Amino acid sequence: MPEEIKAHITGVVFQITTRPGDRVQAGDPVIVLESMKMEIPVEAPRAGSVMEIRVKEGQTVQEGETVAVLD
Amino acid sequence: VLGKILVANRGEIARRVFRACRQLGLKTVAVYSEADRDAPHVADADEALLIGPPPARQSYLNIEAILNAARRSGADAVHPGYGFLSENWRFADACTRAGLTFIGPPAPAIRQMGDKTEARRLMQAAGVPVVPGSAEPVADAAAAERVAAVIGFPLILKSAAGGGGIGMMRVAGGAELASAFSTARRRAEAAFGDGALYIERYLEHPRHVEVQILGDGRGGIVHLHERECSIQRRHQKLIEESPAPGLAAAVKAGLAQAAVRGARAIGYVNAGTMEFLMDAAGSVYFLEMNTRLQVEHPVTEEVTGLDLVVAQLRVAAGEPLAWPQEQIVQRGAVIECRVYAEDPVRGFLPSPGTIQRLRLPDGEGIRVESGIIEGSVVSVHYDPLLVKVIARGESRAQAIERLAAALNACIVEGVQTTIPFLRRVLAHPDFRRGHVHTQMVEQGAFDA
Repeated sequence: MPEEIKAHITGVVFQITTRPGDRVQAGDPVIVLESMKMEIPVEAPRAGSVMEIRVKEGQTVQEGETVAVLD
Repeated sequence: VLGKILVANRGEIARRVFRACRQLGLKTVAVYSEADRDAPHVADADEALLIGPPPARQSYLNIEAILNAARRSGADAVHPGYGFLSENWRFADACTRAGLTFIGPPAPAIRQMGDKTEARRLMQAAGVPVVPGSAEPVADAAAAERVAAVIGFPLILKSAAGGGGIGMMRVAGGAELASAFSTARRRAEAAFGDGALYIERYLEHPRHVEVQILGDGRGGIVHLHERECSIQRRHQKLIEESPAPGLAAAVKAGLAQAAVRGARAIGYVNAGTMEFLMDAAGSVYFLEMNTRLQVEHPVTEEVTGLDLVVAQLRVAAGEPLAWPQEQIVQRGAVIECRVYAEDPVRGFLPSPGTIQRLRLPDGEGIRVESGIIEGSVVSVHYDPLLVKVIARGESRAQAIERLAAALNACIVEGVQTTIPFLRRVLAHPDFRRGHVHTQMVEQGAFDA
């Protein structure tokens, strides 16, 4: 079952640390958001492979917005 | 003589500087990003110029845009506030080259103190005690091991180019050193474009005590006593006070002397802060110098009754210091706390949003510095500091009571804030006794 990874805070995409096809473990950062001078990773909720990255560096994302999809 | 001051900043500090300018009859110029069109600091100034899009790199960190704004407005001086370009020697230099008075120290002093190993070396040469460690950046893990053999564990790896706690790593023993070294180097390279690391002994449970300095460029340098800033997390201060509780008179005098000696050694001009760590035995070690006005400057203003921003403007205009050292005394006790748009329930995650309701405290001994009004948008692009609440009392206990009451009366709706956390600190028996150190917050002493 694909699972959407949602931003847990509002911020600007600082860095995309994975690519589609990458294997990740639970807790690995998928992207890093920057908000109020802090860098905050958005982590994979479980192990899996990244199907899709839905954001670009520099883009503002709202809390609850889907940033990536895990297969 | 100065006539018109541009403040290259936003939020509460821009408003604070404008207030001092008005007091001296100076005209004021605000700069703002597209995110700050409706910000209170814009309304506070006589005129305001747009300098770019919301990201700080394109606005408040854009030297050319700010110099252009100064030219267009006819400003003759620039106050950098804190953060942003305030400790960027290239900015200070560019202001001077553009014929503007930079309200702060000369560019070379900013540069020297900005290079943390250089600062350490200069202070050591001036007879200011420093934390035992490597005088120069260490080349590799093998060199780090040689330094460790002399200073012992635990130690801390720090980025030579860095600051603000970024890239620091504590190393408990020799087994971890090599891998910690490569991790810290990688982080420093990513954060600062420079992987140079230096090593210091890691002090267990130190206090952070700092001394406010003011120099006039005519050889006059005074100190305005110490501030205790041990309540911090991730190397960001949360609560500051003056006097530092329970300091022996000899320790206090030693701190002030070391700070003045250090500032004199580099020919320091304008306001600056010498930061020290203090161990349980009362030994103090130079940490770094902040070559600018500090967030917590109101603590010193309230305890001495002197206006530091007015003093900065006067010194920048070429006036000598108005106060001889013996007239600068601490009266009573003052405590400040910083209200951030962070959610203490969720590990202090940033909490951007719109301020729906705001009620700021007042009353006997209470001073408030606010960067927000109702309707303000607290943006993801900038620092989360919303409001500073400062309380003065005849005793430390009275200052704490007043601050606690003020926090209870403070209402900020629309974003989560650190107020519930700050209340817990003020109520904590160790804090009330003045038993504080820099690791308390991260060790969970104030967890709900």
